[in-house]
Parts: sequence; C-alpha cells; structure tokens
Amino acid sequence: MLSGRVWKFGDNIDTDIIIPARYLAYTDPDVLGQHCMEPLVPGFAGKVRKGDIIVAGSNFGCGSSREHAPVAILALGIPVVIAKSFARIFYRNSFNKALALLEADLYDTIEEGETVSVDLAAGLIRTGSVEVRAKPIPTFMLELIGEGGLINHLKKQLRGRQ
Amino acid sequence: MGMTMTEKILAGHAGKEFVEAGEIIEARVDLALANDITAPLSLEEFEKAGAESVFDPDRVVLVLDHFTPNKDIQSAENCKTIREFARKQGITNFYEGGACGIEHALLPEQGLVAPGDVVVGADSHTCTYGALGAFSTGVGSTDLTYAMVMGSLWFKVPQSVRFVCTGTWQPWVAGKDLILYVIGMIGVEGARYEAMEFDGEAVESLSMDSRFTVANMVIEAGAKNGIFRADRKALEYFAGRARRQASVFEADPDARYRDVVEIDVSKIGPQIAFPFLPSNVKNVEDAKGIAIDQVVIGSCTNGRLEDLETAARILRGKKVAKHVRCIIIPATPAIYHTALTRGYFEVYLDAGCIISPPTCGPCLGGHMGVLARGERAVSTTNRNFVGRMGHPESEVYLAGPAVAAASAIRGEVAHPREVA
Repeated sequence: MLSGRVWKFGDNIDTDIIIPARYLAYTDPDVLGQHCMEPLVPGFAGKVRKGDIIVAGSNFGCGSSREHAPVAILALGIPVVIAKSFARIFYRNSFNKALALLEADLYDTIEEGETVSVDLAAGLIRTGSVEVRAKPIPTFMLELIGEGGLINHLKKQLRGRQ
Repeated sequence: MGMTMTEKILAGHAGKEFVEAGEIIEARVDLALANDITAPLSLEEFEKAGAESVFDPDRVVLVLDHFTPNKDIQSAENCKTIREFARKQGITNFYEGGACGIEHALLPEQGLVAPGDVVVGADSHTCTYGALGAFSTGVGSTDLTYAMVMGSLWFKVPQSVRFVCTGTWQPWVAGKDLILYVIGMIGVEGARYEAMEFDGEAVESLSMDSRFTVANMVIEAGAKNGIFRADRKALEYFAGRARRQASVFEADPDARYRDVVEIDVSKIGPQIAFPFLPSNVKNVEDAKGIAIDQVVIGSCTNGRLEDLETAARILRGKKVAKHVRCIIIPATPAIYHTALTRGYFEVYLDAGCIISPPTCGPCLGGHMGVLARGERAVSTTNRNFVGRMGHPESEVYLAGPAVAAASAIRGEVAHPREVA
C-alpha cells in the first residue's frame, strides 16, 4: 500500500513539461529529476517529497516518445501517477521503467496537498472516506510486470536462444 | 469480417490470417529506428539485457539528427557512444555528418521504408511513414531495444478512424492545413490509441510531401499511427529509391471503423495553431496582426522540397521584416542540394533568411533558434507546448510554410495572399 501527498496537474500534461527537451542529452535520473515539471512548477524537484503522488486530468504524457519523462518522475521518488487518461507511448514507457500508472477520475474530487492511499494490486485509491476504483491494468501488461518488465522478458528470450 | 489496412499489415507481420482491434500481438518489425536523444537510453537497456547483437544490422537505423551538429559536450559524447555502437554492430544505416538528415524525411527518401512495412522508432513522429502505406509508430527507448534485438515487438491492434477527404484545394493550402484542421476538429486526444486512415479524392491529389506532413502529425491527435493507401503516386515515389519489395494493402469494404469522418477540403483555408496545444486551431485570418520575432521553416513536418519551394515562391524578391529571424532548415542533404541547384538559396539569402544545416534543432528548443522570454514564433514544426522552443514564457504558432514565409515578410502573422 502506497500513501502520499498529492500534486495536481491538469489536462494534456505533455512530455516537454515533464522534462524539457534541452535536458535530453542527459540520461542520469538525478539530473532529469532536477528539471521535472520545471516549465509549470519551477523548483518542483525541491518541493516534492519522496512518496508524493501526481494526480492529473486527461491525456497525461502526450507528446514525444522520450523515456526520460517517466525516469524524471521516478527519480523524484514519485511511485505512481493517477490520471483520467494517459497518452499511449508514455503509458508503455512508464511500465517499462516501473512507474505505476492508474487510470481513474480523481482530479476533480481531490485537493492539492491531500493525502491519498493507493493499493496498486487491487487498483484501489482512497482519500479520506472516499474510495475510487481505477480502470484495471490490461492482463498482458500485468504479466509483463510479473516477469520483471520488458528487459527481463528480453533476457529470458535471449537465454532461451542459447 | 473485413480488416482495415492497419489490421492487415499487423496480421501479416504476426503470422495471422486475421486480427481485430484490441487484440495483443507480437509482430515482426521491418525497421527499428533511434536518434541521438533516444538511442543512448536504448543502448543502456541493450547492455542491461546482456544482448550481444542487433537482429539485423541492415534493419536498425540510427540517425544523429536532434542535437547535431553537436550543440554541447554532452551531445557530442552521446553521438560518440552511438557511433561506436554502430561501428561494432556493423549498422549499415548509420547517418551523421554530411549524410545526415532529419530522420522522418531521410528514411523514406533513402527508400528504407517500404509500403506494407511495420516500422517502430524511438521518436513519436515515426508515424510519418504511414504516408507510404506502412504501419509505423513511435515507441520509447526500452521498447526499441526489444525490437532492435528480437526483430519483433508486442502491439495492441488499434481501432481505426477513417477520414474521407473530398473537394478541391484552395490556393496556399497543403497537407499542414489539412492535419491542423483535423486536429482542431477532433482534439489532442481525439484519436488516442487509434489508427487514422486518410482517403478520398482530395487525398489522391495530395503530393507525397504533403501526405508525409499529414501522417507526421497524427500523434498530435494522440494516434498510434496514420495511414494512406499506397496508390500509384506512393508506389512511383518508392520505386525510384526502393531497397525492398512493396506490399500494398487495401481496406476491405466491410472493414470496421470506430468512426468515418467526411471532410470537404474546399472549406479549408490556411490554418494556424495558437499556443499551447496543436488543437488550438484557427483560420489564419483570426490571427492577423500578431507580432512575431522568429519564423522557422523546416522539421520532419515541413522541411521537404515542396515546403521549400512554397517558401521560395513567397519570399522571392521580398525582404524578411527587420526585427524577425527567419530560419530555413532543409530536412536532408538531398533536399538541401536540390534547393540549392533550383536557386532557392539565393532567394532566401536575398530576403535575409538564415539557412541552417539539416537538424531538428529549434523545433524542440535544442539549438539553432531557441526563443527568449516573451518571444513569439511562427513555425512549420509540429508542437507548440509550453516552452517547446525555449523559454516557458515564449510562444509558438504552428502553420504551413506559406503562412510562415508570409509572416516573416510582414513581421506579424499574415495570410499568404497579402504578400503574394
């Protein structure tokens, strides 16, 4: 069970906001984390506490294919993003990088700074007395997570070849 | 039950007779692409997986186009790492220096993408190749690593939306205006996870360069891929440069679509997308008089020959407004060369433009035209998000090359007919 303080972001939070392109020459998670959400919330990295949770509107992660985006969010210790919907490349990238994503309509009913509890396995989100059930994670992706992600799946395939 | 073009291509590459929307498949990929900002993460994953070689050194493409010519030490280090990897793996299609162009203009031009292919690229605008009748989509670096090693990847078969375009084109209107109009109509998540299929008589009369522009921006509506039927025009384009066989797929008459949208292109004038979403689209008349500081004509969206020709037609004998920087970026060395021999460069130089080597540079605020606080640009690129081209308080207006060139002359957003 995860529990954390909420940071609210609206609709269509694009990858240029999550991590501006001028930092993409770097692959070091700590460097990327320092600039996460910088265009919207300057100094975000200094304000976030490990375990905080992002709650957003629709189409979170739209824009480029940069995997630096989930890497930057994770680097700040944010384990999960809850949004009304996610852009598709960001969705795949996040699972590949072990950033959990839950699709749920929470944005309009929660205040920034409130505490939210998340049961990832059950897809349950609790705020005070309210309980919201997230859209189930596709079975195929759960199996992939069960294998330890795509790279572990790849390792297994490569071992099978030998 | 019938299949769409996208379903047929995916079925064929998954070794299946039939697939339908929503199904998860493992499909063979014909080409796997990465660039100088996405390849470094891919190569880290390649190491982690303990992989020794790519699945086929002829089918992995590496293009150093984003922060090149190297903008700083870190970018240079990344390019060096990729170069060493390419050499070690014997990658045939490794592009840098004078051979390098903007990936999504370069790959079709070099005949690397064939109609009927499945292509994945660690760049969201990989969807561009749908103009050739290929299934082509952007993925992240880790997915790309998997494709690079295994020569296959998992996909969820997308449902399709069909856009039937009829009517005749207005003067100064091209592919960019059509796709901006469509994104303005359906919104930035109007086709999320879906395939956007374009057909109709108006599409048949659209040039290949314009079709690439349309397919390029389907990601801006959230789509997984965009696709055109490989008609005679597409096959002729491909035949001149083919490295492999083309496979032509047509949608079945009873193929299932989530929606069919009819568009009368006669009603579309020059379009412009206001900050900060590609869906904030208006007729250019509604933006008249907005003062600008910079114009960029180029990118994987609009850096092709047709775009440069349009810009030259408008700029001939004119001067760029004094306070405006007009940066022109031919997308590939071949385009650059043709523009030079056709005399476009003289037109641009006489007008006071800057001619840049092929690079993605300013589109993503990398280099070669980054905006300061409060500055405003009209750009033929594909995104106008907050801070996309520089300072978070700068603004990007997206348009086609005709509007961009006209605006450069007027120093404010202008309709091409005002200067032509």
